[in-house]
Amino acid sequence: MLKLLNINTYYGLVHVLKNASLHVNPGEIVTLIGANGAGKTTMLRAISGLNSVAEGKIIFEGKPIQNINADKLVKLGIAHVPEGRQIFRPMTVLENLELGGYLIHKQHGKAYVRTAMNSMFDLFPILKQRQDQYAGTLSGGEQQMLAIAMALMCKPKLLLLDEPSMGLAPLIVKEIFNTISKLQKDNGLTVLLVEQNAKAALQIANRGYVMETGRIILEERADELLLNQEVRRAYLGKDKRNIWE
Amino acid sequence: MKKDYIGILVLICCVSLVPFFIQNNYYIGVFVFTGINCLACIGLSLLMGYAGQISLGHAAFIGIGAYSSAILTVTYHWFPWFAILAGVVFSVITALCIGIPALRLKGHYLAMATMGFGSIMHIVAVAAIDITAGPSGISGIPKLSLFGFELNTDVQFFYFIWFVVILGLYLAINIIHSREGRALRSLHGSEDAARAMGIHTSMYKIKIFLFSAVYASLAGSFYAHYVNYIDPDPFGVMHSVLLLTMVAVGGIHQLWGAVIGAILLSLLPEFLSSLTEFFDSFNITYQTDYDTIIYGSILLLIMLFMPEGLVKGISTFYKYTIGRYLIPKHETK
Repeated sequence: MLKLLNINTYYGLVHVLKNASLHVNPGEIVTLIGANGAGKTTMLRAISGLNSVAEGKIIFEGKPIQNINADKLVKLGIAHVPEGRQIFRPMTVLENLELGGYLIHKQHGKAYVRTAMNSMFDLFPILKQRQDQYAGTLSGGEQQMLAIAMALMCKPKLLLLDEPSMGLAPLIVKEIFNTISKLQKDNGLTVLLVEQNAKAALQIANRGYVMETGRIILEERADELLLNQEVRRAYLGKDKRNIWE
Repeated sequence: MKKDYIGILVLICCVSLVPFFIQNNYYIGVFVFTGINCLACIGLSLLMGYAGQISLGHAAFIGIGAYSSAILTVTYHWFPWFAILAGVVFSVITALCIGIPALRLKGHYLAMATMGFGSIMHIVAVAAIDITAGPSGISGIPKLSLFGFELNTDVQFFYFIWFVVILGLYLAINIIHSREGRALRSLHGSEDAARAMGIHTSMYKIKIFLFSAVYASLAGSFYAHYVNYIDPDPFGVMHSVLLLTMVAVGGIHQLWGAVIGAILLSLLPEFLSSLTEFFDSFNITYQTDYDTIIYGSILLLIMLFMPEGLVKGISTFYKYTIGRYLIPKHETK
């Protein structure tokens, strides 16, 4: 479905992604884990067109999509939930969702937006209760749910999730991750998930990639990554002693 | 939305009553200028409060509208309404040429760029004597006529301009509550997030810039037709700053803020000049220089105590003082 071939990106003179390649098959959850500054977010931003790609190819459903404007990619079916719960705080929850349905409103009309919104309310019932509240007054978890719901409004084929667990309580993280895995099972949604919380991410993912300083260093099935000694030591914080002894 | 319509009704009532209380043509004229400022401020509020883009060159668009009307009607004897349309077209073209490079800038840089544009247009108006007649100005601009009726008296023009203002306000309110309006408001938040929703952010910025230029251009044209004489003086950068102040004093995030701010700051100088007589009766010499002090301190106080503008400030004040006692007790728990 999505294929990245030897991507190189730069922030000014800083070489961020160095020949990074990965692929995502239809209907799977792929997670990208790694330390701070490894280039995970940059990778997502490159895919969704928010960052430019200097070299390399990004292929989505057989078509090259690198350096296409972000708004056009949404039409192709790539939805990006940016890092840090980027919802529109001075607007109500309802307005935020309507904004998420910006593209389908144009294509299919208002009634379609309404049905999409109702299915979001089924998915996240808390948002229905809060629909007239300003988005800025929601709790962190609710804001994250809203951000995901906004991205799902336009029925994407591929969902790019950037650190949905950031700054949230473990229980809420669990809830959000359950929803993501439910979406995959019920709707066949394909997800590329970038996470710091490697354990939670690997538990719902099918495959995982490990990034280090702009390079992909490891690719494996998620359950195997969970058992991988090196990954356990570096990202899961377990069995440190085993290795040192 | 419902509140907005009620607000419009209230505004219509207030406006239609004004000429019954004020017979003096001079004061009606003040209200006409208030309306003209209102029109420009509504456009500016869409750009600043909703799309989050600052413009310190709006007086230039007012100038383009005014000069198009003046030159085309006086020198080329065009029909006034066609001249107004031509002014709108010129403004849109100029806004497009300025907007495409300038709206790539953010914050202070955008303010600087638009301010530069504003002062360039002012210099052009002063220096291009062959076209604009320079500082001596253009006189003999014909009065506007509406369906064969000429808007001769101040009261007629007063009703006309406020009709346009209310129409413009109604249009603006509908825009911000539409799909396009939501997209516009998202620019103010995070541009990345807006783009991730599939919104073409740069296109929206330019669209709204054009739109607010149209409002300003119309305001300028009506100004020219009302005063029947224009010179470059009122289209300088200081007027842009004044418009910005009006929007900020009223409240930048609400269209009503622009209306209230424009009304208040347009009427304030008149109120201050009436203070002169008040002080005279106590044998204290009040000099007009003091106006600046009072003007400045009012701005300072509003910015200090109501940083979100008068409209928001007063409604919050109401909520915590009088409103507190009006809400039934079980709701306050």
